[in-house]
Amino acid sequence: MTMLAPPAARVTALPAASRERGRSIVWMALPALVMFLAFGLVPLLGALALSFTTWDNISPIRYTGLTSWKAALSDPGLPHALGVTFEIMILSWLAQTPISILIGVFLAARKRYRGVLAVFYFVPLLLSSAAISITFKALLDPNFGIGSGLGISALNQDWLGDSTLAIGVLIFVVSWQFVPFHSLIYQNAVRQIPDALYEASQIDGAGRVRQFFSITLPQIKYTIITSSTLMVVGSLTFFDLIFVLTAGGPGDATRTLALEMYQKGFMANLMGPASCIAVILVLVGVVLAQLLRRLGGRGDESQMEGA
Amino acid sequence: MKRRDLLGLSVGAGAAAALAACGSSGPSNGGGGNTAGAATYWGLSGPPSEPLRRAAIDRFNAANPDTRIDALYFQNDAYKQKIKTSLGAGEGPSMVFNWGGGGLKTYVEAGQVDDLTDWFAQNAAVKDKIIPASFGAATVNGKIYARPVESMSPIVLFYNKKLFDQIGAQPPQTYGEILDLVPKFNAKGIAPFSLAGQSRWTNMMWVEFLLDRTAGSEVFDRVFAGEANAWSDPAVLNTLTKIQDLVRADGFIKGFSSITADSNADQALLYTGKAAMLLHGSWSYGIQKATGGDFVPSGALGYMNFPPVDGGKGDSSNVVGNPGLYLSISSKATDAQKDVAKKFFSTTLAEDAEFASWVGAGYVPVLKGTDAQFAAAPNADFIKFVSGTVSQAKVFAQSWDQALSPTAAENLLDNIAKLFQLQVSPQQWVDSMNGVIGK
Repeated sequence: MTMLAPPAARVTALPAASRERGRSIVWMALPALVMFLAFGLVPLLGALALSFTTWDNISPIRYTGLTSWKAALSDPGLPHALGVTFEIMILSWLAQTPISILIGVFLAARKRYRGVLAVFYFVPLLLSSAAISITFKALLDPNFGIGSGLGISALNQDWLGDSTLAIGVLIFVVSWQFVPFHSLIYQNAVRQIPDALYEASQIDGAGRVRQFFSITLPQIKYTIITSSTLMVVGSLTFFDLIFVLTAGGPGDATRTLALEMYQKGFMANLMGPASCIAVILVLVGVVLAQLLRRLGGRGDESQMEGA
Repeated sequence: MKRRDLLGLSVGAGAAAALAACGSSGPSNGGGGNTAGAATYWGLSGPPSEPLRRAAIDRFNAANPDTRIDALYFQNDAYKQKIKTSLGAGEGPSMVFNWGGGGLKTYVEAGQVDDLTDWFAQNAAVKDKIIPASFGAATVNGKIYARPVESMSPIVLFYNKKLFDQIGAQPPQTYGEILDLVPKFNAKGIAPFSLAGQSRWTNMMWVEFLLDRTAGSEVFDRVFAGEANAWSDPAVLNTLTKIQDLVRADGFIKGFSSITADSNADQALLYTGKAAMLLHGSWSYGIQKATGGDFVPSGALGYMNFPPVDGGKGDSSNVVGNPGLYLSISSKATDAQKDVAKKFFSTTLAEDAEFASWVGAGYVPVLKGTDAQFAAAPNADFIKFVSGTVSQAKVFAQSWDQALSPTAAENLLDNIAKLFQLQVSPQQWVDSMNGVIGK
């Protein structure tokens, strides 16, 4: 999920003079299209095809109709994994969005000390999920971690071994990793807001808080939708972080759809049901993305109304 | 916006789907059944065993200049992934390293590995040197499909002698004594048992031993044979209840369900004095020796076979663990490659140098050794203990997760993790496990 979608810059009627440019834009879409076909569509169709087969990774693939689907859908692990996935999705959205917006707004002001702070804020973005997970796992170790190391008993919890705490830790680590990314999006969005809006409101006597709720938030509406889409769809595919931190445990307390898919496919050698879960993941993602888009309105109204 | 959303989404979802569909095909160098002449071998990386494997291959290549073995080394988990996908794609090595049991059976059923029964019959000298118990996991439907190699690793009950001195207790002779020790250690702020619960197979060792001591090895044999409702034996409920009682009595260290065996944290808890006992594979000896500082050299590490359960029917000499590691021959290999592999099979570990190198590193080879060979080793006491335990054992049962098919094993590990987490009751466990017998 490294796709960055800036607020929609809508192109109205293309002037005749720039028809030449229009053609080159088609060419520019080609690399993305090729990547999408090769790494998006083809594997997707492959998974769809595999979901109607029975395959243990080694033997020849056998077409078995709906057998795998029946197995996948009747498995009590599936609703559980769906529940955990949505729990993590909703909680991480709730945790990340307000923080990201506030940091984004804070960093949008062109002050030098904020620029310095921004550099520090963005450091987690540079680290790989696996490295982050291993570090946090070591820090949170119940016997050799930071709690027992510093002798602070409040920190000495069974962070990853208790079902409720483990979910909380995952939300925290996910937020720690991705808040910088979303702050970056919001920072840019806030910088796009015309100063005239703020100046006019100041003359009308609006304070900082009023400005934030009446100007900043409505103006970054589309950015919130974009960022939320990335968060929601991204949280569907969280794998590395959870796999390293808890491996879906304790028990199956943090086993999301992605982990369930991996476990079925590569550990239990049930590629058919694992592919069904993959297809379900895609469907859930498409539906959620569409819902979020609807939430944002038709998308053809002006963001600059009244400006 | 619309197309961007969909594009971004599809790439993410597509990547997830790709994970499911393709797996890691990886580079094909070193693999492939069509590189004429040179046989290929994939082994596990990491000290202390990788250098011993390398040396064995090098010696073979030096002694047989007209043939060649090309070796590649992978980390344990990465190898388990890679071998499955590459065998499926027909790009596996000519010698297939495996753990025998259920995993080997899936290779056999997919027609991926050769039947070696005739070869062993023709090369009785090779077969006679190998410890008979090692052949169990190499045999599928009465035929031998793998050559036992390297070492065998029973599960051992390790304990910290210093901590026993501290509370003035003796190592437990029965399971009842273990239960008596639990409150004594807890009162001193010492965890009775270390356990790497996140790794799951570590929890499984407890179920294996307790069930064996309670009812003997026959109960699991019936599960293995695919008998319907084989888990419904009352001894299973009894065992599972014992385990949950031990969890509730704080028998295992706080936070055990987030500890992994890969990081050796469970072993560190033993030698740093935070936990008094640990049930782990005999390979742990070498790790504790390498990382525990003065702990092993000072003689503070104690070890014993799992004690009997009071009133239990199982033979207390029985052990569980890995009765060996295995090499099979890929059916996709060329005849020339198969010949090289068989030549390697007839010499590996039988050479004194290779045998001594494994013993020296604290392993017990799958070949019949003499006490004289063991006595000369730097870890003689431990090696003698392990080889003695194995040779006296009535039954050396293979670890369940390796004996069963990967599908059944995954289900087993999943349920065992939930059992230790108190997420399922013993009865729910039995019902769930009965549902996947024979799969």
